Amino acid sequence: MRRNLTAYGFLCGALICFAFFSWYPIVREVLLSFQQTNFVGDATWVGLDNFRTVVEDPVFVDAWVNTAIFTVLALVIGYVVPFAIAIVLNELKHARGYLRFVVYLPVMLPPAVAVLLFKWFYDPGPGLFNQILGFFQLPGLSWLDSTDTALVSLVLVSTWMNLGSGTLIYLAALQTIPGELYEAAELDGAGLFRRIRHITIPQTKLILLVMLLLQVIATMQVFIEPFLLTGGGPEDATVTVAYLMYQYAFNFTNFGGGGALGFMLMLVLMVFSVIYLRVSREEAR
Amino acid sequence: MRSRILATLLTVALGATAAACGGDGSDGKDGAPLDAGTKVSITVGCMPAKSQEAQRKEWNEDVAAFQKLHPNITVEGKDAFPCIDPQTFQAKLAGGQMEDVFYVYFTDVKNIVAHGQAADITPYLGQVKQNANLDPTVAKVFEDRGKTYGLPRQNYTMGLFYNRTLFTKAGLDPDAPPKTWAEVRDAAKKISALGDGTVGYAELSAKNQGGWHFTTSLYSQGGSMVGPDGKKSAFDGPQGKAVLQNLKDMRWTDDSMGSKQLLVDADIQRMMASGKLGMYLGAPDNATALVDQFKGDYADYGMGPIPGGTGTLLGGDGYMFNPKASPEKIKAGLMWLDFYALTPGQGQLNYARAKTDGRPVGLPQPKLFGQNATGQKDRELRAASANLPVQNFKAYEDAYTSVPGKLEPPQAQQLYAILDSVVSAVLTRRDANIDQLLADARKKADTALARSGT
Repeated sequence: MRRNLTAYGFLCGALICFAFFSWYPIVREVLLSFQQTNFVGDATWVGLDNFRTVVEDPVFVDAWVNTAIFTVLALVIGYVVPFAIAIVLNELKHARGYLRFVVYLPVMLPPAVAVLLFKWFYDPGPGLFNQILGFFQLPGLSWLDSTDTALVSLVLVSTWMNLGSGTLIYLAALQTIPGELYEAAELDGAGLFRRIRHITIPQTKLILLVMLLLQVIATMQVFIEPFLLTGGGPEDATVTVAYLMYQYAFNFTNFGGGGALGFMLMLVLMVFSVIYLRVSREEAR
Repeated sequence: MRSRILATLLTVALGATAAACGGDGSDGKDGAPLDAGTKVSITVGCMPAKSQEAQRKEWNEDVAAFQKLHPNITVEGKDAFPCIDPQTFQAKLAGGQMEDVFYVYFTDVKNIVAHGQAADITPYLGQVKQNANLDPTVAKVFEDRGKTYGLPRQNYTMGLFYNRTLFTKAGLDPDAPPKTWAEVRDAAKKISALGDGTVGYAELSAKNQGGWHFTTSLYSQGGSMVGPDGKKSAFDGPQGKAVLQNLKDMRWTDDSMGSKQLLVDADIQRMMASGKLGMYLGAPDNATALVDQFKGDYADYGMGPIPGGTGTLLGGDGYMFNPKASPEKIKAGLMWLDFYALTPGQGQLNYARAKTDGRPVGLPQPKLFGQNATGQKDRELRAASANLPVQNFKAYEDAYTSVPGKLEPPQAQQLYAILDSVVSAVLTRRDANIDQLLADARKKADTALARSGT
């Protein structure tokens, strides 16, 4: 009984924290999306007006398309790269600890610092990337200043910032694979790629799936990169749903509109969250 | 029995209503002066931060002097840097943490009034001795349908900010800044020809700042952002096209605007302070930002009137009042602002003290008063304590009264966001179609204006 009480005590702490810092804001946000408020007087219920306002905004479709493209690109680049690095690190016999530290280093930088660092890398004039291209006699790119490359440039920043965490998780998963499997495969004459295909991927299938879903949920909420690097430009090419939400709430003083966008994004992310929960339950079994 | 209960309830309700209408019963909503026996405590935003040692010392001195004059009033400053932040503004209102006298940019005033987030101070303006001496154009910023909602603290009109050292290097006369956009284009070409990454002219194009500067340039060409009734946009006329065509020519034909775009004000200031930028549109206090934040030198900078000179954007900041503030608090707040912000020789306009404290004096800003005796006195006091190379700003100062300052449009932030996209397109895409961009922007702007019910 006493043991149970201690457990319930710990549970209460967590429940109170979640109630105050997660559930209450979520409920408040949902209510806000159906209200008009100036935070001075009482809020008025406006039905679906806020949703109508944001859906009729010409930037609304752009924001969703940009978010979808960003998510897909972030998966193509940001999902494959950490996994590949983890495999390489796992195969290495020397300097593994040092390289692990180097790969994880970007995670230790505050996101704002990392993003501003890339602002300099992307400078079309003296920026690092164009200097490298110039070294190889290649023409410089406009990076953030072009509608063709701006979104991809943001994905690169995001990938670099989150590379370390993903790699470490994959590495941990890889190290749970029994070494005998690889030894047996090697004796049977399997090369590196066959070992990856027939041992590594099947053995880490569940963690790969979980990471995929978590990455979708995280990248769809992309905000800091467009906020700090492009301000949604050029020509709204990097306006994302989260950035548009910020514009509505804080620049246009339309919290109802911001709330409506947030609610819509939440519904989309809930679908992925449900799948995530099912997958992680399967993994637990 | 039932009717007795009803009668009791009615009496209680009427009593409660009467109490609510009467507040604490002292002054009500009349314009009578604050009773010297009424104790009032007010919170005021934008107290200088601890890092601004001299300004903070001066603020504390001013509070002490004011409280000595009015022992019944307590002024509690609230510091923050920057003084206003869009993220915290609404949160402070929602959480009941907003100061009684809160700080705002001119850009946000119309929006705050439209959302009912500031108190109507019209009945209490009698507390402000300097109210009649304010420049009517500046005072108008805080007016809406015959009511007043705040008072200015700083104001400026936009002009051409330039690097005198680069002007000299490029063979241009640093005492004769360009007066027309054609002259700007010509000067930008010469400055960028200096090479080594030097940019002739730079323009903002991100975070709604591109739209803000587009508005300034549009005014300089004689254009307007909205029609006379404010219900439809009007920026797509010949003046708007001329603004964008000029930028397009400088960016792509002359290559005098550098390759890096999507700039915000801090980027441009960094370029100017590092001696790599010739010109941009700005206010006089940019010089202070360049020196304080980017280690620039006042001697390097000069300012002329806005090219074209048909009109310019009038900007600045000031104070509004918490809609929940009592009449007593509003009266006390107005008395503080009158003392601190609007009386020549006192508070922020005490130039002699600022000079003694080693702060820069002499920039032609603020210009709160019109061409009257108060304005004249303020100008004389500033000139007497000037410790900056004020002759570098003479061209701007001389033309100040001849270039009318125009206010920002309704739904400013939304229109600026829409026009950001247009300006960034012209600066990042060689084949940008100006007519098409403006037509698309007009549709979006008209929708935004109609939605807001402006």
